[in-house]
Amino acid sequence: MNKIEKPAIPHTTPRYSATFSNDVNSDIRRAAATGIYDIRGGGAKRKLPNFDDLLFLGASISRYPLEGYREKCETSVTIGTRYAKNPIELDIPITIAGMSFGALSGPAKEALGRGASAAGTSTTTGDGGMTPEERGHSTKLVYQYLPSRYGMNPDDLRKADAIEIVVGQGAKPGGGGMLLGQKISDRVAEMRNLPKGIDQRSACRHPDWTGPDDLEIKILELREITGWKVPIYVKVAGARPYYDTTLAIKAGADAIVLDGMQGGTAATQDIFIEHVGQPTLAIVRPAVQALQDLGMHREVQLILSGGIRNGADVAKAMALGADAVAIGSAALIALGDNDPIHEEEYNKLGTTAGAYDDWHEGMDPAGITTQDPDLMKRFDPKEGGRKLRNYLKVMTLEAQTIARACGKNHLHNLEPEDLVAVTMEAAAMAKVPLAGTTWYPGKPGTSY
Amino acid sequence: MLEFDLQENGLRKLNSALHDQKDSTNQTAWEVINPKGSHAIAVGIDAPIEVNIKGSTGYYCGGMNKQATINVKGSVGPGVAENMMSGKVIIEGDASQYAGATGHGGLLVIKGNASSRCGISMKGINIVVHGNIGHMSAFMAQSGNLVVCGDAGDALGDSLYEAKLFVRGSVKSLGADCEKKEMRPEHIELLRQLLSEADCDAKPEEFTRYGSARTLYNFDIDNSDAY
Repeated sequence: MNKIEKPAIPHTTPRYSATFSNDVNSDIRRAAATGIYDIRGGGAKRKLPNFDDLLFLGASISRYPLEGYREKCETSVTIGTRYAKNPIELDIPITIAGMSFGALSGPAKEALGRGASAAGTSTTTGDGGMTPEERGHSTKLVYQYLPSRYGMNPDDLRKADAIEIVVGQGAKPGGGGMLLGQKISDRVAEMRNLPKGIDQRSACRHPDWTGPDDLEIKILELREITGWKVPIYVKVAGARPYYDTTLAIKAGADAIVLDGMQGGTAATQDIFIEHVGQPTLAIVRPAVQALQDLGMHREVQLILSGGIRNGADVAKAMALGADAVAIGSAALIALGDNDPIHEEEYNKLGTTAGAYDDWHEGMDPAGITTQDPDLMKRFDPKEGGRKLRNYLKVMTLEAQTIARACGKNHLHNLEPEDLVAVTMEAAAMAKVPLAGTTWYPGKPGTSY
Repeated sequence: MLEFDLQENGLRKLNSALHDQKDSTNQTAWEVINPKGSHAIAVGIDAPIEVNIKGSTGYYCGGMNKQATINVKGSVGPGVAENMMSGKVIIEGDASQYAGATGHGGLLVIKGNASSRCGISMKGINIVVHGNIGHMSAFMAQSGNLVVCGDAGDALGDSLYEAKLFVRGSVKSLGADCEKKEMRPEHIELLRQLLSEADCDAKPEEFTRYGSARTLYNFDIDNSDAY
């Protein structure tokens, strides 16, 4: 008898779930194995509407451009003109955001100071106090006043060129800091007055004030201690930008630092970074609206941060009404963070260049986010400072290129009318027309 | 004695004059009249002077003090002697919330009662309260000593680090990771010295010491119920 061959049953190709993706599944397995949430550094990695979704129109018959190599396009900005006797004058509107000694090595902080100073801008301390390296190499240093108050003292406060009261951070609005035991070296422990090797938690709220009325009194105290000399910034996460900006102005701030969810952190829960806060693109217009409603636009300066990468981002932030921007993650990349030259070592840590974010573990092959003496030796602060200066110069040139093409002789003269959006979401968030139309969702007088 | 009328001359003039005093100043005795609950009185002093404030104050009296002795002949608002570095702040009356918050050094004496969060996040300061203290006192306290001659409210010493807490009366409840500790001779001696400096006649032997159980110093999933 001939055997009758049954026809082969066709199989569908293996199909992955969009809900239970490989990423999600690996996270579930990691949680089940360890019993602890995933902690990492950096900002939101998910795809979000961002400045790439906006375009400049450039000049046309009605707007004429400026000659790129002959006609000036100013970039300077003065911060703290409202109350401070000594406002900060910067050559470029790109500042270095607050990052702590502890999260970063001493040489990395020095490099940030060197690079920022060479480019004519400011750098900022973080949740660990002011180090001599940083003060010594920063011509303009902003001293953060954080809930933890680690290393806070009146002498350093008076050495600062500005004070930044930190209420929130874009990566973790409503969350405190975290520095795990691996990075609490002798020096970090001493500066923070903590036992060595513990998992250090920074508080999420200030210990001696709550709410806008208290903030006003806290600002008064800091002004009295520093003789009303230096500007006082208030940094908020991009949670409720209209109201937070309004309240900070009411409390007496000289400047508002507004941080979107792409803004980085040294370490916090991944779920927090990815699911709390708003994209940087979405927060700038409400904050500018608050400044305008109170007649304070350009009198109280707005510094925008969270995922700023190049001169186009700078120009777009300023066109939407910001006075300056701040960079953190981008500055670290300029110093050498996540550089493919360390690929072999990133692989040993179970990751790859460009994806390394376990900054809290202190094993950074680039020697930047570590307190390990051997790893720190790999990083040359002079070389790092030079790279950062180059990067800041390039960003400035890029922003000037765009501004001149739009016919502006100062970056501050860029305006929303210079922009269109290429997506509906970006049009709605930035309140600029969808490309090819005169409309954006939510435009007053329209029914959408 | 230099008398300064705060209502007549204003806060800026007062603090500016106090900041002008250096280590070698001859103007070591100051009297502030008519404080009337004003905020930020005598903040940021860095000189061995004595400031007597005749009346009650608002927020942050004596904030970030270094070297000076500040006496308040009344009660104080929130955050008295916040972030004090050294010197002495003595309150004749009661203190509102956050007394001595984040203080790094010096001695804060409250002769009445202190409200909630007394000694929050303290970093080396010594605080002696003759009366009672409110809830969440010594929250995340890192180092220094908090001495309470009366009773303590709820959640004393929550998430405590290395600060030492001494309470003579009752403790309504202890916060996460705070536990009763043995009073050893060195603690009795330390307490005797602090009580003497604070002009308090309580006996060291009547106090109970509390400190960190240190179980939350490094994260462990089995301790997550503590929060």
